[in-house]
Amino acid sequence: MLILECPYCGVEAEETELHAGGQAHIKRETVGSDDDAFEHYLFSRANPRGVHLERWRHANGCGKWFHAARSTTTLEVFGTYSAQTFEPPKAIVDAITAKHPNWSFDQWKDLS
Amino acid sequence: MSNAVSALQGARFEGFATITESGLRGMITLRGDLASSAVKSAVKAATGLAVPTQRQFATADEHGVGWMSPDELLLMVPYEKAPEITARLAAALEGEHALVVNVSDARAVFSIEGQSAREVLAKLSPVDVSQESFPEGTLRRTRLAQTAVAFWAKGKNAFELICFRSEAGYVFDVLSMSARKGSEVNFYST
Repeated sequence: MLILECPYCGVEAEETELHAGGQAHIKRETVGSDDDAFEHYLFSRANPRGVHLERWRHANGCGKWFHAARSTTTLEVFGTYSAQTFEPPKAIVDAITAKHPNWSFDQWKDLS
Repeated sequence: MSNAVSALQGARFEGFATITESGLRGMITLRGDLASSAVKSAVKAATGLAVPTQRQFATADEHGVGWMSPDELLLMVPYEKAPEITARLAAALEGEHALVVNVSDARAVFSIEGQSAREVLAKLSPVDVSQESFPEGTLRRTRLAQTAVAFWAKGKNAFELICFRSEAGYVFDVLSMSARKGSEVNFYST
């Protein structure tokens, strides 16, 4: 059972209180983007084996969206953080690199 | 003018805990910056209570204030006074980035009381409702079986729970089933 701490209400929420929102930190292409960029935004998602950054919503709770960093293979959770950011905070990156020294945010972004 | 009635008009179930639909209660949703002095003083003026801290429910007499999220409060007031208090709050918060809505008729309120009241909720939600982690005055928005609810501990063995009015029948049934005599688990035996 996946358990994530909601950074807004501090609840250790388990899966059934949450709603998955897919890959985090996506650039939302809009008016003025070319077709290739828009297609990429619409359809291309990373599906890494290992560290992944995702969006989650505390749906049966405070209702807020937040970010989570976890491993798709071990289900280890590295931490959750605010939705009001374009990249994971240092504490989260440190928690990830402690286990996966070669991981970097830039490299992860290039996966999709 | 039609008479206001609550969703289940005081329905009651006696099991190893007592489930009661609490009848008409005034409920006001307030959204805004909870740290702003305008919100703090408006809430104080309306209910006599301070803005509670994270996941707390403050109560005094027939008033209550619950922390619902970082930018949302639930004010419990007498039913008849809700429209007037809503108007006063809205006036006090004019110019603020805030929203005040009277949701009294959009919700149903239940009370769960009895020696094993905690057990009734424990069976239905993914929440640790033991006395240690859920003492008096704690509030939690969560899931009760298949519906979204919020409940708070108003005493050692007494809880209040709110849900959407349209789901009141389901919530009453599922609480009653959970409280049925003979289905005690005695996990939180006191």
